[in-house]
Amino acid sequence: MKHVRAIVITGNGTNCEREMAYGCRLGGADVVDIVHISDLLEGEATLADYDFLNLPGGFLDGDDMGAARAAANRFRYRKIRGTNRTLLDEIYRFIEEDKLVFGVCNGFQLLVKMGLLPGTGKREAPEQVVTLTHNDSGRFEDRWVTLKINEASPCVFTKGMREAYLPVRHGEGKFFPASEEVLKEIREKGLDVMVYCDPETGEATSRYPLNPNGSVGAIAALCDETGRVFGMMPHPEAYLHRTNHPRWTREAFPEEGEGVQFFRNAVEYLKTR
Amino acid sequence: MITRVEVGFRREVPDGPGDRIRKRIAEEMSLSLKEVRVLSTYLISIDLSPTDFEQMVREAFYDPVVQDIAIDAPLRDDADFVVEVGFKPGVTDNVGKTARQVIQDYLGRPLREDEGVYTATTYLLYGDLGRNESEQLARRVLGNPLIHRFLILRGEELPRHREALRRLPVVRLGATGDVMKFDLNQPPETLIQLSKERVLALSLREMQAIRDELRRPEVLEARRRHGLDHRVTDVELEAIAQTWSEHCKHKIFNATIRYQEAGEEEVIHSLFKTYIRGTTEKVRAEKGDREICVSVFTDNAGVIRFDDAHNLVFKVETHNSPSALDPYGGALTGIVGVNRDPFGTGLGARLIANTDVFCFADPRYNKPIPEGILHPKKIYEGVREGVEHGGNKSGIPTVNGAVVFEERFLGRPLVFCGTCGIMPTEINGRPSHKKWIDPGDRIVMVGGRIGADGIHGATFSSEELSESSPVTAVQIGDPITQKKMFDFLLKARDRGLYNAITDNGAGGLSSSVGEMAQLSGGAEMALERAPLKYPGLRPWEILVSEAQERMTVAVPPEKLDAFLALSEKMGVESTDLGQFTDSGVFHVTFEGKTVCYLDMDFFHNGLPPMELEARWDPPHIEVSDKPEDGDLREILLNLMATLNVCSKESIIRQYDHEVQGGSVIKPLMGEKNDGPSDAAVLRPLLGSLEGVVLANGICPKYSDYDTYWMAACAADEAVRNAICVGCDPDHMAALDNFCWCDPIASETNPDGAYKLAQLVRANKALYDLLPVYGVPLISGKDSMKNDVVVQGKKISIPPTLLVSVIGVIPDARKAVSMDFKRPGDLIYILGTTSQELGGSEYYEFYGCKGGEVPRVHAEAARNRYRKLFSTISAGLVRSCHDCSDGGLAVALVEKALAGGFGAEIDCGKIPSKGCEEWDEVLFSESQSRLIVTVAPGEADAFERIFADETLARIGTVRGDREIVFWEDQGGKRLFRLTCDEAKRAWQAPLNF
Repeated sequence: MKHVRAIVITGNGTNCEREMAYGCRLGGADVVDIVHISDLLEGEATLADYDFLNLPGGFLDGDDMGAARAAANRFRYRKIRGTNRTLLDEIYRFIEEDKLVFGVCNGFQLLVKMGLLPGTGKREAPEQVVTLTHNDSGRFEDRWVTLKINEASPCVFTKGMREAYLPVRHGEGKFFPASEEVLKEIREKGLDVMVYCDPETGEATSRYPLNPNGSVGAIAALCDETGRVFGMMPHPEAYLHRTNHPRWTREAFPEEGEGVQFFRNAVEYLKTR
Repeated sequence: MITRVEVGFRREVPDGPGDRIRKRIAEEMSLSLKEVRVLSTYLISIDLSPTDFEQMVREAFYDPVVQDIAIDAPLRDDADFVVEVGFKPGVTDNVGKTARQVIQDYLGRPLREDEGVYTATTYLLYGDLGRNESEQLARRVLGNPLIHRFLILRGEELPRHREALRRLPVVRLGATGDVMKFDLNQPPETLIQLSKERVLALSLREMQAIRDELRRPEVLEARRRHGLDHRVTDVELEAIAQTWSEHCKHKIFNATIRYQEAGEEEVIHSLFKTYIRGTTEKVRAEKGDREICVSVFTDNAGVIRFDDAHNLVFKVETHNSPSALDPYGGALTGIVGVNRDPFGTGLGARLIANTDVFCFADPRYNKPIPEGILHPKKIYEGVREGVEHGGNKSGIPTVNGAVVFEERFLGRPLVFCGTCGIMPTEINGRPSHKKWIDPGDRIVMVGGRIGADGIHGATFSSEELSESSPVTAVQIGDPITQKKMFDFLLKARDRGLYNAITDNGAGGLSSSVGEMAQLSGGAEMALERAPLKYPGLRPWEILVSEAQERMTVAVPPEKLDAFLALSEKMGVESTDLGQFTDSGVFHVTFEGKTVCYLDMDFFHNGLPPMELEARWDPPHIEVSDKPEDGDLREILLNLMATLNVCSKESIIRQYDHEVQGGSVIKPLMGEKNDGPSDAAVLRPLLGSLEGVVLANGICPKYSDYDTYWMAACAADEAVRNAICVGCDPDHMAALDNFCWCDPIASETNPDGAYKLAQLVRANKALYDLLPVYGVPLISGKDSMKNDVVVQGKKISIPPTLLVSVIGVIPDARKAVSMDFKRPGDLIYILGTTSQELGGSEYYEFYGCKGGEVPRVHAEAARNRYRKLFSTISAGLVRSCHDCSDGGLAVALVEKALAGGFGAEIDCGKIPSKGCEEWDEVLFSESQSRLIVTVAPGEADAFERIFADETLARIGTVRGDREIVFWEDQGGKRLFRLTCDEAKRAWQAPLNF
């Protein structure tokens, strides 16, 4: 069994780093460090020391120029001190080494805007082929949604899972592909890891508020072809304990929240790879 | 060169934000547009070749999947009207700041002083409208003339306005470092005039106290040694005015008051000391070593014990008048501002929860709005959005709150923002709630830069205003700059890099450094070192500027380098401004010259106490008949849909109430996640099951009758809300926030003595009630001049007290929510229903005046709350909800609609006193009543505990969705309704 070392990046408006780190711990990671992005950019910490990269939710740079847009530029363009490499270069290396990348909400938006998800573009010119944009309602919303998990997806984080109930908390979560072809490719390759669904039928839905943002194809999460880079709009780290469920006072739930399984799958993959 | 860049959604992509604006225009202006499109516009002045520029903005400024970008050309020229909303000079431009950062990251170099980025929002309006309507909607819906500049053009006019479309809101100030000096040896009129002209709000006595201080020979001699004389400098005068302000010194709460009631006179030496601190002292003395207070009234926020290793920090403030001027900026600044209070307490607390309470006029107000007042809907939307951005972007969950509606909040909305923090009991072996400063510690300012923001705007308005004068009266908070600062400071705290911290709020550096200097005994500060947003500020302006997102810390000299290096690395600006001393003097220099030299003792304690008169004459309320033969069902459905009772879901959903992962009792719970919770419970330490409880109580509707009972009801409501979810009554503390109308009698305020008496009575109520409950007050705030004069008529708010409770639930898994849980569960009412309908929702809805307002029977309530806690702890309670606005029937229906189960209610069983009709029983607002459901198997155990209390089993939960009220068991049916129709009525009013 390998030692699993998780890093949770914070700074510039990220705000879910503590519960994300707690999720990693509950999932079984041996080392969990919350690292400020400046430590990485100044070369005082390096991704090379870790094997599970977490990009938590928040409002990077206030989402001022579109969710995670400014941060994506920082990852793409700013050079790590004393090197000619960017953080994006480091992440590519990380992925090549069979390690895992997990983005939630703002972290998912960041992965998409860096062109890492669905990751069908080329590395030399990382191309953004889908986006997460303003909700159809035009507003930020905090509400719980039912998610159907694509069991045919290569995603390692959702292995063995079929459904999840988690909160979304975003103003820009509407999945939108650049073209029909992109959507088709995503579906063919099973990169559409989760869809917003109607709990009564169990099927993907475009009906508000079950689909809280108007996502095309009701897509709520994406992975790349390796299944090791994964991003989702809903917050698994917001449901680590029974008492997080909005109906825990009236229904029976296991002590552990459904969100833990995402982290456990990741850690187990890393331990057994 | 200035390049204009426009970014917007591609034609075929729906524009969610634009559509939301279109709907608001339709609602608020009855103007139906075909479409509204929103563009982000950037005005960029940078030294870059056109090719490089284009490459940069194409790579970094837009979303290629859904957006288009246009450089120096309109993105779209087909709109009927274009409204561009830009900022006036000096207004915080958060998006501009981010864009600047993006350019710097992209280019790998900082921008030069002559380079810059400014942003605007451009609205493309499609439909049948004219210039007039465009102008109106620009002001009413899209922006605020106080902080925004508008450019309104027909679509086809765009090409002809190249210049106007590229005008930058640059601040240009011509001031030098000169300091003005005033000789105060002047007749009273001249001193009063000076105080007025400079908007110092210093009284004649206060001006004379300054004059006398500077005349003292030893003072004069010391001043001469530093190049000053008997004249006071503008820097000194402004610093004193800030330090002695009502806001900082709470002059009214500390005044000597002669209070008259029924011919008797009582002299009160300080309301604060007598009643507020008095309450706490009484509670602490009675509780002995079980007491929970750690630090009260001495710091920026109150501190109580949480567990063995952590303390909780809590503060609530108001931001009323800025929110009246610019609701969005005012509320945003309010929330990020109150965040700095717990953060600036002791060595600094990590922030875990926000709670907000708003008081508005009806957003559907349809009478003409007086000049100078914003429409209540605009205030509602602006405040809501400001708190949304301030809370959500700071990563602090908004766990609970309330909205109160009353017509007198028309000119002056109340915006209460509260923040709770947590800190380890000890940090690096030091108690975290204590600050100390050694002489020689450096004065370091951290965070944002200083601008003309929040410098008492009126001084500026007396100067000639030009296009490049900065906007001063209104500020816009910047949650991300603050979040970055907090991330840095928490690291610096844990590494022990500073000794003390406080926030820069009211009074800016003059207050923060002035207050901290008391710990060492003096300070010496060089103002020219302070980083400015733009050049040209005078020394006094730098000293008192209230520019946001700044903290002041005391850094030991040997740790200064480490502190500054960490700060720079984390992208936060920190500046060494000087040092703390033990000289006994608050000494400020500018470019080597002394501009302020004040004795510390005089600076803080030289304020002459205020003497005030208060007289309580019970009000004569014109009693009107109660509604005749009302149909109970109809009344109930009407009450479900009053603004005070109805669902606030549309607001709540827009606030992140579960970030940080510890949410236990959310604001909305029940079968469909939409029932109204009484209080919030959260677990701030994810590895622990111990929970924090936050609750509020506010009921200005009783103020016209008697503020004594208004205050008692507010305190009881806050405590019982906390009790409902399972809070330990022995581990609970409260905060008081008074928002009053001017209580100082004068020619323009003839009923000042009455308003002051109202204030005295509210204080007495807290003092009488809270010690019985064993709940100490730990911090508070007052805002005393909430009156507006519109078109010659004064509108005063009803005296309002918000009581906020913080408490602990030992095991969060025992928390209880308000919704009916299972068919067959037994429904109990705790407490007596009296004929107390004065000020009730019921009377208000039908326009009735008179009757008795609810009274609080403290000892009975205390016993009930304690027993309820023991039954909740024992797991005997399935649900609990208090009776408040709308009374018992409303509370029952809320439980039913939240749980999705109906109920059988036997009204004959409801313990009541003095009620003659069913409407009185069902809609009276008697306090301290709780409705509890219990599983049939637990009934005996539950009833045994309440054996000596007023308790009645009044019904059972049904398996379907029918709610049936019976006159008595097996007797006449009073009326019935369904959960669904009740929910529809309850959810309709604010569902926008």
